[in-house]
Amino acid sequence: MAIPLIFFLVVRFLPTFVALRLSLYDWNILKEVQPYVGGKNYSRLIQDGIFGKALVNTALYTIIGVPAQIVIGLIVALLLGKIRALQGVFRALYFAPYVTPIVAAAWVWQWLFSPQFGPVNTFLIWLHIPPQSFLTSPSQALATTAALVVWQNLGFQVVLFLAGLAAIPSTFYEAAEIDGASGSQSFWKITLPLLNPTIVFSVVTGTISYLQLFTQVVNLNFTDQGGPLGSTMTVALYIYQMAFGRFQTGYASAITVVLFAIILVITLLQLRFLTKRVNY
Amino acid sequence: MTVTQKSEIGTTSLPKPPKRRDYKTVLAYLFLTVGAIVTLFPFAWMILTSLKSFQELFSLGFWPESPTLANYSQVITQTKFLTWFGNSLLIAGVTTLSVLFFDSLVGYTLAKFEFPGKNIVFILMLSTLMIPTEMLIIPWFVGVTDIHLLNSTPGAYFSIMFPGLISAFGVFLMRQFFESLPNDLIEAARIDGMSEFGIFWRIALPLVRPALASLAIFTFLGNWNAFLWPLIVIQKPEFRTLPVGTALFNGEAGTQWGLIMAASSLAVIPVLLVFAFFQKQIIEGIVLTGLKG
Repeated sequence: MAIPLIFFLVVRFLPTFVALRLSLYDWNILKEVQPYVGGKNYSRLIQDGIFGKALVNTALYTIIGVPAQIVIGLIVALLLGKIRALQGVFRALYFAPYVTPIVAAAWVWQWLFSPQFGPVNTFLIWLHIPPQSFLTSPSQALATTAALVVWQNLGFQVVLFLAGLAAIPSTFYEAAEIDGASGSQSFWKITLPLLNPTIVFSVVTGTISYLQLFTQVVNLNFTDQGGPLGSTMTVALYIYQMAFGRFQTGYASAITVVLFAIILVITLLQLRFLTKRVNY
Repeated sequence: MTVTQKSEIGTTSLPKPPKRRDYKTVLAYLFLTVGAIVTLFPFAWMILTSLKSFQELFSLGFWPESPTLANYSQVITQTKFLTWFGNSLLIAGVTTLSVLFFDSLVGYTLAKFEFPGKNIVFILMLSTLMIPTEMLIIPWFVGVTDIHLLNSTPGAYFSIMFPGLISAFGVFLMRQFFESLPNDLIEAARIDGMSEFGIFWRIALPLVRPALASLAIFTFLGNWNAFLWPLIVIQKPEFRTLPVGTALFNGEAGTQWGLIMAASSLAVIPVLLVFAFFQKQIIEGIVLTGLKG
């Protein structure tokens, strides 16, 4: 028990306090002197336009991504529940993107959505829809990036919902059938309420992961500046840029503290308002 | 949609329902197939592109006209691919073993022993899940630079893997699983004079195989694909992992699509194999661990 406890203290808790302390200094890894600046890093944040943009983008990713992957994941899981043969095969097929390295997936995405030679635009032209610029357009890059994340997470979401659905006792459906309930009635009255714990889990963990979005964004653009005109910049990417690109470690630490506060508040609110106790 | 069909969702072990080929089942297959094609398209594109010759790369055909393994041999002979692959295998492998051992030990202790402060320990471990990685990375980096670990062989590997050696998520998963084991079993072994560690190792652990399988795959996957921390902490090219190595392909070699697609396809193989073999245990593990609530 001692080793794991020390591990959690040294690797998780101690650094949290170190980050809090660093955020009060004009800390720079490359310099000798690290002057104390109090709340200056935080007041700079309020006036920082790029940080504001990163914050809005991160919110947009979360608002698009979390509901999209939950709804699509639930539909696929329900359909999988309806079939007998090949269930395992389909499950594995939908899981494949989840095991694809993010870096590899990002390369493929760039290729697929490339304005000049991308198969997606070829398909659009075939449908008589004008080709789009996707990742090179400031207005479409964020949505295209979000699509990549949803595509990658779908497999895990499906497995999670299959597990949740399997935990619902089949006697409920049998009882509903005897009472003459229709299919959609038993979905809204039985499946969805009893799936609530799984949905809460997905919303909470999904939100936390979208709030920390980094790898996909950086690999779709090869820069730490965040896509065309900063249109895909996220908070995590901005932290990386500040800390390891410009060595403004103190300022970057202040951003991490703000991110931590945001995650904490949103998680607590979600747990408070989404959790419904279902007794059975 | 009839309710009888609905109940099939419930369990996979129910007796087979009467064979009925109604239009709804057909529709379900149809939707799933279309969905799977859309989902797999990028995946297929990656593999097919890796088989195209340089001249063919920018042609828009789906199938390679003259499939070649040239990209693969080039990746293996002209880049450090094998080194990166080995590094990733080592790091993901060691981390997974460490997580399996420590997380099951802690999970077992939290589930089956009474001691003061037990709940506080559990809640503190869980609360670490909410601390964003970005927040920890800066102090970690300052720490490993201070003790000069980054350029030596064991030091660099240790720096890359230390944050993942124990996972709070895994502790939670294993605790849920051990709680479902009957206490009588442990009591009986104790009366037979087995040591506490022996009970854990020989009796409890073999009974939680599905949980171990799902924890193993998710830990391996997470570390195999880890990007942010390795990108920051790796200073020398020979310590690069697969994701970092392939990501830096672009800057160093120009955009060589064929090579990138070949490297990416090779990187997928180990995880896909593990999932194919263990998918039953993984899903069972998630079902039984109370992730459902």
